[in-house]
Amino acid sequence: MDHDAVNDLMRTLAPQVLGALVRRGADFATAEDAVQESLIEAVHHWPDDPPDDPKAWLLRVAGRKLIDAQRSEAARRRREERVHDEPPPGPAEQSDDTLLLLSRCCHPALSPASAVALTLRAVGGLTTAQIARAFLVPEATMAQRISRAKRTITGERFDTPGDVGAVLHVLYLIFNEGFTGEISLAGEAIRLTRQLAAATSASAGTAGPEIAGLLALMLLHHARRDARRTASGELVPLDQQDRSRWDTDMVAEGVDVLQDALARDRLGQYQAQAAIAALHDDAPTAQETDWSQILQWYDELARLTDNPVVALNRAVAVGQVDGPRAGLAVLNGIDPGLARWDAVAAHLYERADETAEAIRHYTVAADRATSSAERNHLIKQAARLRSHGSRPPA
Amino acid sequence: MAKYLLLKHYRHSGPKPVPGTEAMMDQWTPDEITAHIEYMGRFAEKLTESGEYVSGDALSPEGTFVRYDGAGRPPVTDGPFAETKDLIAGWMIIDVESQERAYEAAAELSAAPGAGGRPIHEWLEVRPFLADPGATAE
Repeated sequence: MDHDAVNDLMRTLAPQVLGALVRRGADFATAEDAVQESLIEAVHHWPDDPPDDPKAWLLRVAGRKLIDAQRSEAARRRREERVHDEPPPGPAEQSDDTLLLLSRCCHPALSPASAVALTLRAVGGLTTAQIARAFLVPEATMAQRISRAKRTITGERFDTPGDVGAVLHVLYLIFNEGFTGEISLAGEAIRLTRQLAAATSASAGTAGPEIAGLLALMLLHHARRDARRTASGELVPLDQQDRSRWDTDMVAEGVDVLQDALARDRLGQYQAQAAIAALHDDAPTAQETDWSQILQWYDELARLTDNPVVALNRAVAVGQVDGPRAGLAVLNGIDPGLARWDAVAAHLYERADETAEAIRHYTVAADRATSSAERNHLIKQAARLRSHGSRPPA
Repeated sequence: MAKYLLLKHYRHSGPKPVPGTEAMMDQWTPDEITAHIEYMGRFAEKLTESGEYVSGDALSPEGTFVRYDGAGRPPVTDGPFAETKDLIAGWMIIDVESQERAYEAAAELSAAPGAGGRPIHEWLEVRPFLADPGATAE
């Protein structure tokens, strides 16, 4: 077995082994340590002596590490341990523990950043070094973040899979981290959400349509990834993207997943956002976008969530359907303290042919941008209006 | 090898701008901005290839002053100050053989194209890092 094959296999199997241990009642943090130790042994042994059943091998070794850890803990602290007398691992189990593991990693006691890091390691099977590189922090920092997260949830009892909403939010955050680094976090989020959707298709009950909704949302956005940036990394707005570069297979899959979810008649915010993304993906040109349907979905979404970003995007949709003046009237009812408020104002003023106001808002928006790519894009919008605009700046 | 910080300012109280290069980026044309961004990207790539690039980041122009106000009290904040003379836009840290090489790299960064595709001749502040004393320094 070569090195890459060992790594791929370990990445797939580690979360399954962890899930099996946790489901038998092992403490999550202790079990995670045991799995990491079993992986280190696997790296040493597998290349020369590959096991017939790698998952059973890992379960056996991790189970042994877990019992060792529990015994030394018990001896040291002389206290009752509920996991102490768990039976040793038997043959590998087949059931999927994705939701069980995710709900531990996304426990409400954890900060979003901690939950994201723990999820990527314990369920995503990424190494601490890979996660650290993805977030541009030193490995020691990421290692601390993960071990603090594990301490935070140590001793928490989990008898039922936790809050699916919290899990979906963490997966959404991972997706939003993007796809530019060595590890595509967006791709990783899709993989995990797909796995969650498959694992819960029969059991998630009322949460099922929202899991599918989130998967659809991710697919329908990720389908545009190649068109979203120029070769030098600059942002390309939706209405200027080369739509021939959109991934039509991914769009088709997203639409299928979404239609199945909507048919179950349990609308939620992810399904509504996915529906908006689908309408954009469906338009052969920006001019053919069905803005009135998009606006209806934003109205629906505004009823489902009080997220201020939704309110801002709805103002853009109103501007498309009823004209920029109507959009500006909606915008004036929204808190101007929001980071993207000026960017939306600039766009609407530009469409209303108020070039000077548009330039002013693009300039303010650039100063308030939260990423270099966004900042550069907004500065260029101001520059474009200055060099081609019909009126000089005030 | 020695580390140097190349500081890029939105505004600074250092030397006067070279005449004819005062226009801020939002007064350039979109193509000029693109050319500038591409030049900066290539510059970082070149320093990575030569084994001299350490890190670089850009900063938002809006910042706030913060200080301690006693135990149990929330931090005191002040600002942002729109008229502050010194405003850092970002930095690049390089690890190079000599001060001469650090200056050479800073000059290359300052030659990035601006309005009309001409070099911006921007003043960059070059600050040496204080290093650890060597093991044989006694």
